[in-house]
Amino acid sequence: MKMFGGSCIFLDRNDINTDEIIPAKYLTENSKLALKPYILEDLKLDGFDPQSDELRQARVIVTRQNFGCGSSREHAVWVFEVNDINVVIASSFARIFRQNMFNCGMLALELSEADIDTLMTERPATLDIDLQNSLITSKDTNAIQFTFTLNGFDRDLVASGGWLAYADKNY
Amino acid sequence: MGKTITEKIFDSHHRDNPAGETVVLDIDVVMCHEITTPIAINDLLERGMDRVFDASKIKAVIDHVTPSKDSKTATQSKIIRDWAKRHKIKDFFDIDANGVCHALFPEKGFIRPGYTVIMGDSHTCTHGAFGAFAAGVGTTDLEVGILKGVCSFRKPATIKITISGTLQTGVYAKDVILHIIKTLTVKGATDKIIEFVGPVVDAMSMESRMTLCNMAIEAGGTCGVCMPDRVTAEYLWPHIQSDYATIDQAVEEFRKWHSDANAAYAQTIDFDVSDLSPQVTYGYKPDEVKNISDMSDTIVDQVYIGSCTNGRIEDLREAAKILKGKTIDPNVRGIMSPATPLVYSQAMKEGIIETFMSAGFCVTNPTCGACLGMSNGVLAEGEVCASTTNRNFNGRMGKGGMVHLMSPLSAAAAAVTGRITDPRKLL
Repeated sequence: MKMFGGSCIFLDRNDINTDEIIPAKYLTENSKLALKPYILEDLKLDGFDPQSDELRQARVIVTRQNFGCGSSREHAVWVFEVNDINVVIASSFARIFRQNMFNCGMLALELSEADIDTLMTERPATLDIDLQNSLITSKDTNAIQFTFTLNGFDRDLVASGGWLAYADKNY
Repeated sequence: MGKTITEKIFDSHHRDNPAGETVVLDIDVVMCHEITTPIAINDLLERGMDRVFDASKIKAVIDHVTPSKDSKTATQSKIIRDWAKRHKIKDFFDIDANGVCHALFPEKGFIRPGYTVIMGDSHTCTHGAFGAFAAGVGTTDLEVGILKGVCSFRKPATIKITISGTLQTGVYAKDVILHIIKTLTVKGATDKIIEFVGPVVDAMSMESRMTLCNMAIEAGGTCGVCMPDRVTAEYLWPHIQSDYATIDQAVEEFRKWHSDANAAYAQTIDFDVSDLSPQVTYGYKPDEVKNISDMSDTIVDQVYIGSCTNGRIEDLREAAKILKGKTIDPNVRGIMSPATPLVYSQAMKEGIIETFMSAGFCVTNPTCGACLGMSNGVLAEGEVCASTTNRNFNGRMGKGGMVHLMSPLSAAAAAVTGRITDPRKLL
């Protein structure tokens, strides 16, 4: 299973779409690794720098509503995976993006808008993800801890290492 | 309690109920194109799993960048072409016969009411116009679909949208769906099906119903769906006449795929479209929609008429009504892409290609190219495009470009005047 948690980056906007996560012009690549430098290249967010060290070090993304809307391109998940970001925490996800995350054995975790507001205000440097106990905890301030719920099937996908392995075993 | 069409389709395709609200469905049609499929093919090869569950249920096309523009896109095409050959996928469409997937596959008769359809393309929801459950998926879902013929979904709830009234002259299915997305917002239908019913939908052609369903994903919807009826049966007749004695019989059998009157809905919305005027997007989200008359100062650099939303013959006919006998503004680049070879040849026969070219449009081969900035028709920084496509995201048709979504009629009007214009003024 992948390791989850670590340094956070905060994308404080609703409706961040797949074109912003990885522009279509890079969909001509036939390897996941080739996508690595282009992460969030076209993100429209005040003050955001796709070349920042903060993004390079990030292991967890915290964002708001409807993250990953738009295209079905799984490249939007792979570009995170090859940059070692395996967790996105949002108040809601677009369906295809969320499914693609779990299909790759990665975590798309939903918290309430109030919890996301707290995270956006407190901006913890790192977050621990305890999958077994469904907890998100800040290492910096013990005061911040959130419980998430995970659909049983999504949990199985993560444990199996993704949908292909799960489907090959079960169907 | 009755059932919605989607619940009936889910019941009839049920394979497994692995956990909670998730169901695994058997898939009738797995569609593939050369952008999201080659990585699935390569991954299956690397894992020693280079198999397909049923070659007759897989349909494939090269449509996003065709002809190939460089070595990378040529490689993508080669991977899917070689794979189709290796697995004897009969319904594979290459450069001699290719067109935009969501226009080409229905035209070939690959969709039936009650079918389950997946494709590695978000606008797969278009095929719901035939009374099918059709959903866009990522490459891993596609890979499993190719290998096993199954896909997982959470049990979806349905939003029922009843469209009544009479559409004014110059107002089109595209205006209706833009107005609906404005109302629902870009996330209003996430994890839900949008069921389009009512007298306006009943009176629509299959082309217009496909335009409605095509943009369900822009409100977050898993699929848009219309009830299969006589219009559906007539569209499919060349492909189904060996299955039914008469069109009436097909219409009667299709009724089993109608939602029951007492089905449960997550939400019901009624729209009377009698007062609806032509619509246009103004920002970077497809729910940022205004009446077109409120945007009439906007100068455009390019007009694009085509795509899986509005590149069908009906769309070109509507645009040609405006362009006939006129020339487009000298500051505008007009680009038109018929969605399929059949649309192209039909447009030639009807003199529509001549009308577009005489007006000053460049007519390209059928391709998705410009819509997502992958091939011909990309915008430069700061340029503005009046477009019949379905997405206006920042950078969508090229970094720094601005895309205003509108109907084919409105796009033709913008081409003639050089600015966003209410097309009714030119009719």
